[in-house]
Amino acid sequence: MSLVKRVAYFIGLPVLLIALWWLLTLGPTNFFVPKPLKLAETFWTVWASDRIRTDFLPSIIRLFIGLAASIVLGVVLGVLIGTYRWLRSLTEPILEFFRAIPPPVLVPLLMLLIGINDQMKIVVIIAGAIWPVLLNTVEGVRAVDQVLSDTSATYGITGFARLRYLVLPGASPQIMAGVRQCLSIGLILMVISEMFGSSSGLGFTIVLFQRGFAIPEMWSGIAVLGLIGIGLSFVFRGVEGRALGWYHGLREMQRDS
Amino acid sequence: MSGKRLSEPLLGVVGILLFLAGWEAVPRLGLVSARFLPPASTVLVQLVNYVGQASFWGDVGQTMLSWALGLAISIVAAVVLGLTIGSSRFLGRATHSTIEFLRPIPSVALIPLAVLLFGIKMESSLLLVIYASFWQVLLQVLYGVQDVDPVADNTAKSYGLGRIARVRYVVWPTVLPYLMTGVRLASAVALILAITAELVIGSPGLGKQIGLTQSGGAVAEMYALIVATGLIGVLINVGVRMVERRVLTWHPSVRSETFA
Repeated sequence: MSLVKRVAYFIGLPVLLIALWWLLTLGPTNFFVPKPLKLAETFWTVWASDRIRTDFLPSIIRLFIGLAASIVLGVVLGVLIGTYRWLRSLTEPILEFFRAIPPPVLVPLLMLLIGINDQMKIVVIIAGAIWPVLLNTVEGVRAVDQVLSDTSATYGITGFARLRYLVLPGASPQIMAGVRQCLSIGLILMVISEMFGSSSGLGFTIVLFQRGFAIPEMWSGIAVLGLIGIGLSFVFRGVEGRALGWYHGLREMQRDS
Repeated sequence: MSGKRLSEPLLGVVGILLFLAGWEAVPRLGLVSARFLPPASTVLVQLVNYVGQASFWGDVGQTMLSWALGLAISIVAAVVLGLTIGSSRFLGRATHSTIEFLRPIPSVALIPLAVLLFGIKMESSLLLVIYASFWQVLLQVLYGVQDVDPVADNTAKSYGLGRIARVRYVVWPTVLPYLMTGVRLASAVALILAITAELVIGSPGLGKQIGLTQSGGAVAEMYALIVATGLIGVLINVGVRMVERRVLTWHPSVRSETFA
């Protein structure tokens, strides 16, 4: 496919949709529906201001700390639980239960236990986002190829080297699948944790706009959240492509043969 | 060998008991005040108490109604759209960027919109549930349509099967395992969003009740309700897995989650 054609396919539908939106809102409109130009203008005035420092950055920093902690904790615990059979049997029902609790209900609980502060918001993110990483790591570690495992045992590869060269690479496709789920849950929890008794952050700001019926401002906040989601999935795809390039290549080869 | 098979569920029970014992001990020993973390026995008694109350079941019913309705709508919409988009190369290419753009938008971003449009009615929950679970299913259906075996499709064409018949006998069986994966993921997400909407917006259901007990300082009640939502989540997971196994009995392998 030529480059021109590819670009046309990429921007065709979005351009069409925006044009449609613009045309439909040319006349007098519903109070809830913003006009595209007005929205772009509001977006700029609302977010290219002090808000970046007071609301946007703290939210993002909390999100990243929370996500990093869930991924590290999830992988470490997952490797432990996946390696020892008795530990897995011991913890499996409890983990199934904790995973099934909808994470947002932990917000009131943690507010009570920790209070309303940054730690609470980070713990909320960890408490919800750790499960996909943890459970996928357990599955991945468990499914490490038996022949490879025996081979490395024969060559006397044990302990840390086994972890570094056999277990983690073997489990990495599963771990990455878990990380991808954990990103979207983390973002959801970041927003929700700020909607309760908070005085700054993106979730707080958006609810504030909505309560004040500042409709274009509210839409611009929704757009910011959308852009963060898109940014996260973009970064993830870059990291995944690099970390799992070997795996995708292998799958392609297996499919062709 | 039989000893091993026996000991596994047993260890799981031991794990649950250890967890409950720990939960009981922490507030009793004063590590955390019982005002914030009531002992397990208190919470479980409260849970049993709830089970006897009609209003509790009313809340559960409300939550499950938003869950089921939202999930059903998004599955139907995603299957119809997925099959349509997947059946044409042009549509697939043209919609790709838009889908990739809309999908990562977190559904909680729509909370203010839901409040403005529907207030604290069930429709607010539905909007969030549908938006969140729709993408899960749609993506899996699209993967499934891509996986259709071209030889089988061409064979069906040579035998003179029309478009509808091909969808029914060639595409549908290929898509079904993917669809079930999508449904499994979506059913968990739908519960999360249903409860979130109730908790944050205040639409009727268990989530709203959790918010009320929290602001009212009824701590044991709050913990009992949280445990209840966890149990509902477990039931949904088990139920969906059972349905999946029944629907796919004919399928050669129990597919692992699609990785792409």
